[in-house]
Amino acid sequence: MTAVLAVQDLHVAIGPRGKAANVLRGASLEVQAGEVRGLVGESGAGKSMLGRAVLGLLPANAVVQSGTIQFEGRDLLAMPEPERRSLLGRRIALIPQDPMTSLNPVKRVGAQISIMLRHHLALSKREALERATELLTEVAIREPRRVLDLYPHEISGGMRQRVLIAMAFACDPSLVIADEPTTALDVTVQRQVLQLVERLRQRHGAAILFVTHDLGVVAKICRTMTVLHAGRVLEDGETADVLVKPRHPYTRALLAATPRADRPAEALRPVPPALIESLWSEAHRLDRLAVAGPA
Amino acid sequence: MSEILLRTGQLTFAYPERASSLFGRPAMREVVKRVDLAIPRGSVLGLVGESGSGKTTLGRLLVRLLQPTSGGIQFDGIEIGNLSEEKLRPLRARIQMIFQDPQSSLNPRLRLGVTLTRPLQVYGRLKGRQDRRDRAAALLDLVGLPKGFVDRYPHELSGGQRQRAGIARALALEPDFIVADEIVSGLDVSTQAHILLLLRELRARLGLTMVFISHDLSVVRVLCDDVAILQHGELVEYGPVARIFNSPQHPYTRQLLSAIPLPDVEPGWLDDASPIVPSHQQGSAA
Repeated sequence: MTAVLAVQDLHVAIGPRGKAANVLRGASLEVQAGEVRGLVGESGAGKSMLGRAVLGLLPANAVVQSGTIQFEGRDLLAMPEPERRSLLGRRIALIPQDPMTSLNPVKRVGAQISIMLRHHLALSKREALERATELLTEVAIREPRRVLDLYPHEISGGMRQRVLIAMAFACDPSLVIADEPTTALDVTVQRQVLQLVERLRQRHGAAILFVTHDLGVVAKICRTMTVLHAGRVLEDGETADVLVKPRHPYTRALLAATPRADRPAEALRPVPPALIESLWSEAHRLDRLAVAGPA
Repeated sequence: MSEILLRTGQLTFAYPERASSLFGRPAMREVVKRVDLAIPRGSVLGLVGESGSGKTTLGRLLVRLLQPTSGGIQFDGIEIGNLSEEKLRPLRARIQMIFQDPQSSLNPRLRLGVTLTRPLQVYGRLKGRQDRRDRAAALLDLVGLPKGFVDRYPHELSGGQRQRAGIARALALEPDFIVADEIVSGLDVSTQAHILLLLRELRARLGLTMVFISHDLSVVRVLCDDVAILQHGELVEYGPVARIFNSPQHPYTRQLLSAIPLPDVEPGWLDDASPIVPSHQQGSAA
């Protein structure tokens, strides 16, 4: 059986030539059909970059240097652009991180959902409206017809995230990239949203690559997980194994640094300097060299 | 010296709703409702609630960035709820705030050395250029940043470093009381752990009294002595950390605690019997 997604030895660099930072340094992972895999790491680990590389949404100054990204056995990187585009939103979907900025503020919710449905599924206006109503019902939005007529600023953050989830699953994709979809939400809303994602996943049979920095979220929704640090995979396995018996010291440090509501304060242990801090000092050392460089 | 540094009595804040007609008196919407707090000197109170619970508004009342609609705030025995700005000024040096987003609360055009010592300058406590550099360096050192950062701009810092700078500025005037509003929520776990440990250390070293506002109960447990849970502007539960975490009384507290995803695999957490309740259809949180 082929994996839905197979990333092999991916190298991505970002920034101007000569000063480019290597954000992915030989990252590999697989997501099987119907699997939910957590992709865990701190800011700067490269987890969002990996998700973006799969979607072909890398920033303009980023370059894939080597490696392959296979989706259902076909190399996305070698595929002609139009073909790849036709997969996005339909076979590979995204649940974005920020529900506040991911919807168009000047278009009604209904218009945003139906433009996608009409594009990918060639539905008529009327059919698209029907389908959009069903989709909102599926994500537990009451009065879906009324919500379709509202603008994004007229609904709550949790509801905006539901709309985005509905859109992600709308075309029955086989892979959904969820990029920190609950980070901006309150815990109670987060739980509802996670329940919803799981319910839709089961119903539509999609595999999910769930990008997050929250080990708690991974524990609840991901069967497998990959730990990314400085663009490399440090650990990979069943979530139950990795969380109970982390093999890599970095995974252990991450767990020790996670405050737990069920344990007293003393349990929090000091951790090695955050990755991001060292990355920043490195970036600025390079900047300074460049400025001070050739006189 | 009283044992309680800050006390509120029936503290209430309301703002006018958008008027329905041009001449009608606008209805008032209460966002903080009759809150009674008593914060002992040297203790840390965790103020917990979801978006829209009024926790930030309450925090801003405590530092008197807002004026209460009714009720009182006693700081070190002085009623400050309705004090004029002029009378408040000498007290302001003793009451400081650390803001949620250091990206927007640090002036991007000023070097850290200037930003950190601005409060000292305002209160006329700086003696010339060298004093400024020395004081700034001492503040940086206090929060674990290299002294060389006096010449850096905020954009040259990482999120964690910026948050440390925000803490340093709040400490410049050697305040007794600090309100920290969601200061670790945007950070990675390891950065977050560093900031929490720093606050714990500073608190022990400087004898600070703090109100730590957060939506995250796990973080509160690390740092706080007492917890106050806020829902729709009302205090629903208030007490020592150990008591609230071990035997929460209010259903809302229990709901908050059970919604926290602990890093343990727990089959069934997602298909819990609790139905998926649609959130409010209207309006995002304050």
